[in-house]
Amino acid sequence: MKELQDKYPQEIEDILAKYPPDQKRSAVMPLLFLAQREDGYIRDEALTEIGRILNIERTEVATLVGFYTLYYSEKEGKYRIQVCTDVCCALRGAEEFLEQLCQALGIRPGETTADGLVTVEEVKCLGACDKAPMFQVQTGEGFAYHEEQTLESALELIDSWRTEENDEEGS
Amino acid sequence: MTDYILLRHRDIPDIGQLDVYREHGGFNSFKKAVTSMDRTEVTEIVKASGLRGRGGAGFPTGLKWSFMDDNNWPHYVVANADESEPGTFKDREIMEGNPLQFLEGVMIAAYAVDAHTAYIYLRGEYWHIGDLLDEKLAELRKAGLLGEGLFGTDYALDLHTHLGAGAYICGEETALLESLEGKRGFPRLRPPFPPSYGLYGKPTVVNNVETLANVPLILKNGAQWYQDLGTEDTAGVKVFSLSGRVKKPGNYEMRFGSTLRELIYERGGGILDDAEIKAIMPAGASSSVLKATDDVLDTPVDHASMRALGSDLGSGSIIVLDETVSMDWVIKKTINFFNHESCGKCTPCREGNHWMKYLTESIHAGALDDGKVNLLYEVASNMQGKCLCALGEFSTMAVKTSIDRFPDDFKVEE
Repeated sequence: MKELQDKYPQEIEDILAKYPPDQKRSAVMPLLFLAQREDGYIRDEALTEIGRILNIERTEVATLVGFYTLYYSEKEGKYRIQVCTDVCCALRGAEEFLEQLCQALGIRPGETTADGLVTVEEVKCLGACDKAPMFQVQTGEGFAYHEEQTLESALELIDSWRTEENDEEGS
Repeated sequence: MTDYILLRHRDIPDIGQLDVYREHGGFNSFKKAVTSMDRTEVTEIVKASGLRGRGGAGFPTGLKWSFMDDNNWPHYVVANADESEPGTFKDREIMEGNPLQFLEGVMIAAYAVDAHTAYIYLRGEYWHIGDLLDEKLAELRKAGLLGEGLFGTDYALDLHTHLGAGAYICGEETALLESLEGKRGFPRLRPPFPPSYGLYGKPTVVNNVETLANVPLILKNGAQWYQDLGTEDTAGVKVFSLSGRVKKPGNYEMRFGSTLRELIYERGGGILDDAEIKAIMPAGASSSVLKATDDVLDTPVDHASMRALGSDLGSGSIIVLDETVSMDWVIKKTINFFNHESCGKCTPCREGNHWMKYLTESIHAGALDDGKVNLLYEVASNMQGKCLCALGEFSTMAVKTSIDRFPDDFKVEE
């Protein structure tokens, strides 16, 4: 399998160029983000391929997926809404916000909506303590911060994703 | 104009653009260093300025640079942009608003320690900042400020961004280096410290973003100028992240020696709903919690004064708690954080936080009468001095100081 190498040759070259030629292992984290780009999780085959690109054991790649919270080995919602409920955000209403959001979506924290669009997760400090309630949205493409949120603004955002999905299906 | 030193984008909105930054003297310091200064001279100025690390430990920056082992090459500089302490969001604003001053600081540090490669390790969640910095780095290469033969000398330098993937522990400098090497973020036993054994086993300076952002102006205006801005103990200015139960949370750049009253009441607008202030956590979740007495509020803030009060300044993330907040809830939250973020490498931190989580949750749920508070205090005490890195050590601080200083919050109601 050389799915990643076929799909992202330029990206892989650019990533490897950042590190000394004898320290290729440093590229493992950016390569894992790359492997997660399309489906929002990392397939088993990608672990093997990354290991081969970097000349390290597959296990050494897999262990990072377990250690770092932003890598996933299973498919969840296309959009992961990650609400910070650490102490500073909780002092400004984040726990109530999370509860209302989950209630409105009919799921509990950690669960995914039935249409597979949204997963809501409770996460640790995101460095936006002055703008609570806030969440980041993680997709395969990366992250986006949404700060000073209300239930209404969050639901509006989710609606915009739904519209986008429907448009894509319709076209 | 308020003459910001770090948050200069608040005075000059477009300072993040290369032409605007250069109009305001940007990269003159780097150029001056590379073309006319000896490496040790640069380090000496930073040393004389009294600049101390802004990531939490407050270690003298120039001294750290002077520790680089000149018998082992190559040298590296790594900027710690893994900002993850609950209550800290200053590096983010510096990098978003004034990215070139930060990058110039990295470049000057690299020159000072004769490094030709520097990495910027960003927490993965700061993805957008990674994109922004990549853009800036491309511009700098194009402008001849990065690359080979800089300013006609034989000095070559390049910078690269590297994203973490969600692990607070990687803010600890040796865990960060492990992570940058492509491994799990497990802290190393220290010594040896990074200036003798760092990235890939080579001498490495690891500096916080805010620390580095100070350097260009120190080189421009001189060590004495910077010394004069702060106190005898801690020179210069600090970006304080203010959060919690205040009316205007946010980043505030102030000189060392300013008071918490100034920060919380004058800049931060006072307490939400004009409630009574109760406690202050000056170092995020890692704080020793201070009772918000008049004495505490009126103390000129620097590293030494916070220690004298029985706390620590850390990275200057001030979390304000008011009368509506009970300390048993606060430590339940902080321990939930530390338990989640403990890397698991050393037993005292891994097991200690697991048990502290169980105990703080039980206590918050009302189990106050069966010795759990004493047991919690004992677990925290037994962890101290035994953890491999600061995460475990500091996880106990809020627990013990809350029980010591706010005993009423842990008593059975009569």
